[in-house]
Amino acid sequence: MAEACITFSDLTLGYNNHPAVHHLTGTVAKGSLTAIVGANGSGKSTLMKGIVGVLKPISGKVAVKSGNRIAYLPQQSELDRSFPARVVDLVSLGLWPRRGLLGRYRPEDCDAVSRALVAVGLAGFEKRPIDTLSGGQLQRALFARVLVQDADLILLDEPFNAIDMKTLSDLIALIKRWHQESRTILVVAHDFDLVREHFPQALLLARQPVAWGDARKTLAPENLLRARQFHEAWDETAPWCGPDDAHSHHHDGEHHHHHDHAPDAIHKGAA
Amino acid sequence: MDAMYQALLAPFIDFAFMQRALAGSLLLSLASCPVGVFLMVRRMSLTGDAMAHGILPGAAAGFLLFGLQIVPMTIGGLIAGMVVALGSGAVARFTVQKEDASMAAFYLISLAVGVLIVSLRGSSVDLMHVLFGTVLALNDAALTLIGLISVVTLVALAIFWRALVAECMDPLFLRSVSKLGTPVHFIFLALVVLNLVGGFQALGTLLSVGLMMLPAAAARFWTVRVEPMCLLATAIGMSSCVSGLLLSYHFSLPSGPAIILSAGVVYLASILIGSRGVLSTRNRPSRHRTA
Repeated sequence: MAEACITFSDLTLGYNNHPAVHHLTGTVAKGSLTAIVGANGSGKSTLMKGIVGVLKPISGKVAVKSGNRIAYLPQQSELDRSFPARVVDLVSLGLWPRRGLLGRYRPEDCDAVSRALVAVGLAGFEKRPIDTLSGGQLQRALFARVLVQDADLILLDEPFNAIDMKTLSDLIALIKRWHQESRTILVVAHDFDLVREHFPQALLLARQPVAWGDARKTLAPENLLRARQFHEAWDETAPWCGPDDAHSHHHDGEHHHHHDHAPDAIHKGAA
Repeated sequence: MDAMYQALLAPFIDFAFMQRALAGSLLLSLASCPVGVFLMVRRMSLTGDAMAHGILPGAAAGFLLFGLQIVPMTIGGLIAGMVVALGSGAVARFTVQKEDASMAAFYLISLAVGVLIVSLRGSSVDLMHVLFGTVLALNDAALTLIGLISVVTLVALAIFWRALVAECMDPLFLRSVSKLGTPVHFIFLALVVLNLVGGFQALGTLLSVGLMMLPAAAARFWTVRVEPMCLLATAIGMSSCVSGLLLSYHFSLPSGPAIILSAGVVYLASILIGSRGVLSTRNRPSRHRTA
């Protein structure tokens, strides 16, 4: 039905020749809302970095359909909170895709920033220095920046860490609003109940993709059990993964790739 | 009234060398103080210091080949500074090592080379000259050079302002929306070198860092936004230049240290009485609002 927004073709991402995301093939449909789940070290953040292009693939390809503007909220923000800036300055960074390096900010840009602050419940915080915000307030401000970016593809890496219930439900509501606006959204999350309740799609990672598709089916007990059995540690003596091995990853029947939008895409990666 | 005139204006009106010194140091403040603010907010305050040492071998090589002449020494300093800045910047960007370590490594090598070159020819008097500058003996070439450096710096800052702010505040965000992150870092390092080289004409390699960092450090105690911080730092820098030159004239003090110490006094005062300084943050009012 929907066209693809992101296409992974036999994508392997990693560090120092060790894969963190291993032979991922498939597509993320335009306008879909997908949770990425998996244990610590299972490659969730790495996959995000690969999509943004901050990390180059070891092999394979990740392609974001051209014309899609990306907004990326990383897990470990490199935000310098001691930088002398106000909340409004931080949120205005989100105008970059629209105005770039030299474009003047117009009245409607200031409106967009104010509206974003209201939407995340930070009205009246415009002039506050960013080093006076609490953790939850800062997260709200970063969501406001994502709002201002007005992106077609939104990547949120563990946005719900150390967030209270009120903030959590506000942020979920925002994500649902983006979903209704047909934006494509990928969210790294740890709370399975939250994923089952709010996310239509889920991708379960354990370095390899374990399951991908309807969130409730993906998070079925047998899949979670299989996801838990992977070894997080690098093995320096692990054999090199050659073309033949790559082939076997996709056809050994161990991985059940459920993917509603592109069922055949999963299996053609090694070809 | 006349005493005031004699104290504040007469030195600059009566003596051409004072006019030159004033023009040179004011031009220098205009560009190097905002650069200092960005060095400070990037937690690279000591980088300027390291970089100033890194300039030495180039300046010394120029001195060795052409004697005490401004243009070859400046070009030499520029080359050496760029090698240190770009080399350490590249190591920090593309390897696991952070910038503080790579900068230390590069400037120490550079400094050793510089001392070696100076010792090949020249006396310690010449070395003092290289290190401590001659703001009271600025010639036309030096003034032109400082002016040019100021213009280039201000234009570059104006163009790359937004990218520089984004790169300081949230580098990963900038990387996700633009490819300018790495270029703007190197452009910034180049501006640092440029201003240190400009400063070493007037104040010497060691003290030029002072005019860059002290006004910035002082301005930090007064404001929470980066734009007014740059303006304030520039104002502090300029007034330090004026007061330093006057002190130097009236009390026969060396001009470079007089300028830097003037900025130092502003810094110490700002620690105490700044709106974000010790007194206002320690002396909390006993009353507080309900929200």
